[in-house]
Amino acid sequence: MSVLIYIDNTDGKFKKAGFEAVSYGVALAAQAGSEAVAVSLGNVAEAELLKLGNYGVSKVLSSTDERFASMDNQAAAKALAFAAAKVGAEIVVLAHNNLGKAIAPRLAVKLQAGLVSNATGLPLNLSPFTVNKNVFTGKAIGHAVVHTAVKVLTLSYNSYGVVEKPVSVNIEAFDAGLGDADFGLKVEQTQKVTGKILLSEAEIVVAGGRGMKGPENWGGIEELAEILGAGTACSRPVSDEGWRSHGEHVGQTGKIIAPNLYFALGISGAIQHLGGVSGSKVIVAVNKDPDAPIFEAADYGIVGDVMKVLPQFIEAAKELKA
Amino acid sequence: MKILVLIGNVPDTTTKIKFNADKTAFDAAGVQWIINPWDELALTRAMELKEAPGSKVESVTVANVGRQETEATLRKALAIGADKAIRVDADARDAFYVASQLAKVCQGFDLIFAGVEASDYNGAAVGGMLAELLGMQSVSAVSGLQAEEGFVRITREIEGGSQTLTAATPLMAIVQKGIAKEPRIPAMRGIMMARSKPLEVLSPVDTETRVSFASFDLPPAKAACKKFSEEQAKELIHALRDEAKVL
Ligand SMILES: Cc1cc2nc3c(=O)[nH]c(=O)nc-3n(C[C@H](O)[C@H](O)[C@H](O)COP(=O)(O)OP(=O)(O)OC[C@H]3O[C@@H](n4cnc5c(N)ncnc54)[C@H](O)[C@@H]3O)c2cc1C
Ligand SMILES: Nc1ncnc2c1ncn2[C@@H]1O[C@H](COP(=O)(O)O)[C@@H](O)[C@H]1O
Repeated sequence: MSVLIYIDNTDGKFKKAGFEAVSYGVALAAQAGSEAVAVSLGNVAEAELLKLGNYGVSKVLSSTDERFASMDNQAAAKALAFAAAKVGAEIVVLAHNNLGKAIAPRLAVKLQAGLVSNATGLPLNLSPFTVNKNVFTGKAIGHAVVHTAVKVLTLSYNSYGVVEKPVSVNIEAFDAGLGDADFGLKVEQTQKVTGKILLSEAEIVVAGGRGMKGPENWGGIEELAEILGAGTACSRPVSDEGWRSHGEHVGQTGKIIAPNLYFALGISGAIQHLGGVSGSKVIVAVNKDPDAPIFEAADYGIVGDVMKVLPQFIEAAKELKA
Repeated sequence: MKILVLIGNVPDTTTKIKFNADKTAFDAAGVQWIINPWDELALTRAMELKEAPGSKVESVTVANVGRQETEATLRKALAIGADKAIRVDADARDAFYVASQLAKVCQGFDLIFAGVEASDYNGAAVGGMLAELLGMQSVSAVSGLQAEEGFVRITREIEGGSQTLTAATPLMAIVQKGIAKEPRIPAMRGIMMARSKPLEVLSPVDTETRVSFASFDLPPAKAACKKFSEEQAKELIHALRDEAKVL
């Protein structure tokens, strides 16, 4: 019996969400009294695979088949089902990122497993298997009960955290026996955002809303983000107006993020906006309207003009980092 | 080309979430129901594909697994322009249950649209499960789609960027923001026409429930917001470091 953890890579590199899934899977295996095994698909170098030992997993299955680079959900699900059978997995853990949430439902069908996506912590109970998950876009928590023998979980970002627990690693190559017919997607072009902190990975996010008045005022947001090593985000109308790119839109219909610190500058705090950011550990709001709903979600706030406050934030952040 | 759009029926996004007294079920009293936002965008894109010059799209069908209450939502989808609606008459017990129902009735489509997640239980599962049950290729996080002869060209979001790719049909496209600009709103003419469009009601097949909810909780109440004046902005930053310890 074991807990299998899928760790996805981008161009051969693992990301924080994957290390978090490994940390979680290792704790889950300890709770269930079974072994944690990580599985990697695609061309990942040994040095990168060895990093997984920092998070407590001593056995890693690796299929270095280059064809996985096309991120074909059907092929990946097939390979993971093969790995799950090989190690007798009773639980499979994936990160709730673009790739994890695409593969998990297919894998769950193959394994005849119940799926809980967006799980937010270790099981409350192993029998019946009960785990918390986000529902109603962060407005409530559901206690999900899985009735099947095998379970598939996707872990909500930043809900468990990355836990260092160094052990030595044993890498085992495996071949899922896939043919070319299993890879049906033909990638034509990939555009990467370069040199910016990814919103999905950022521990601090600085976001602006319509209260910022126009794209010409984003210099301050960029500067504060730069000093703090933060990602930048915006409310929906800001991206609809074309002031900022769509990739920055957070909320119910945009990206759902859960950084340690979220700055909401000139954002009213509409319920659809909060749905995407309410998982943040600490929220700071600046708004000139004392009754803006954002203050109900915020931990720290200033009722005032963001144009006056932002330069002071930048000054203070510079001093802090100096 | 025949297109199917899956339609989730969910509480309006402004709904204040409440549960019954023993917190075992969502309290639907007074709730306004809408088409799940991503499904509304998917349907909009399906209509654009059908109306495009030289279009090969024969029909757009919408389907839902739900009780009679969901028919208003399906009628809205017909008013937006779908040709036909299918409702499987059952409570949507879990994602596998819903996908199993749809797999039985949704045969013969070249392109199926599902949303990334339903805004009620955020399962993020039905589209992928249905594709697996049908043995169909699926692409997730789809933010753009063009139909070509026998294949589709897709833009999808990946970690830290986006990607264009091609895939053969039949295909399941699991869509998110970007697939269409603005959701289409039914016009008066569409609403009139929707009344006479076919809405087929089918009986469910027997399927096990794999996941259920024992109970629900509301998030713990937040402590009151700590307010600083406009002149104390620096003190706020210091509090983030010394008190909240997030800097
Ligand atoms: C189905 C649906 C889905 C949606 N999904 C999303 C979503 O995913 N994300 C999202 O963000 N929205 C979403 N919305 C829109 C949402 O309802 C709000 O309209 C939106 O969040 C408001 O954006 P805002 O706060 O930037 O603008 P506004 O509501 O216009 O607020 C601007 C704020 O700035 C303040 N302000 C103005 N000037 C200053 C100043 N000089 N200094 C300080 N403060 C100032 C004002 O007091 C006000 O509170 C959705 C809506 C619907 C119907
Ligand atoms: N009861 C349902 N009937 C039809 N389609 C559904 C239903 N529930 C979910 N879907 C579809 O599956 C997508 C993902 O939903 P979910 O897996 O429930 O988060 C939705 O956006 C819909 O396209």
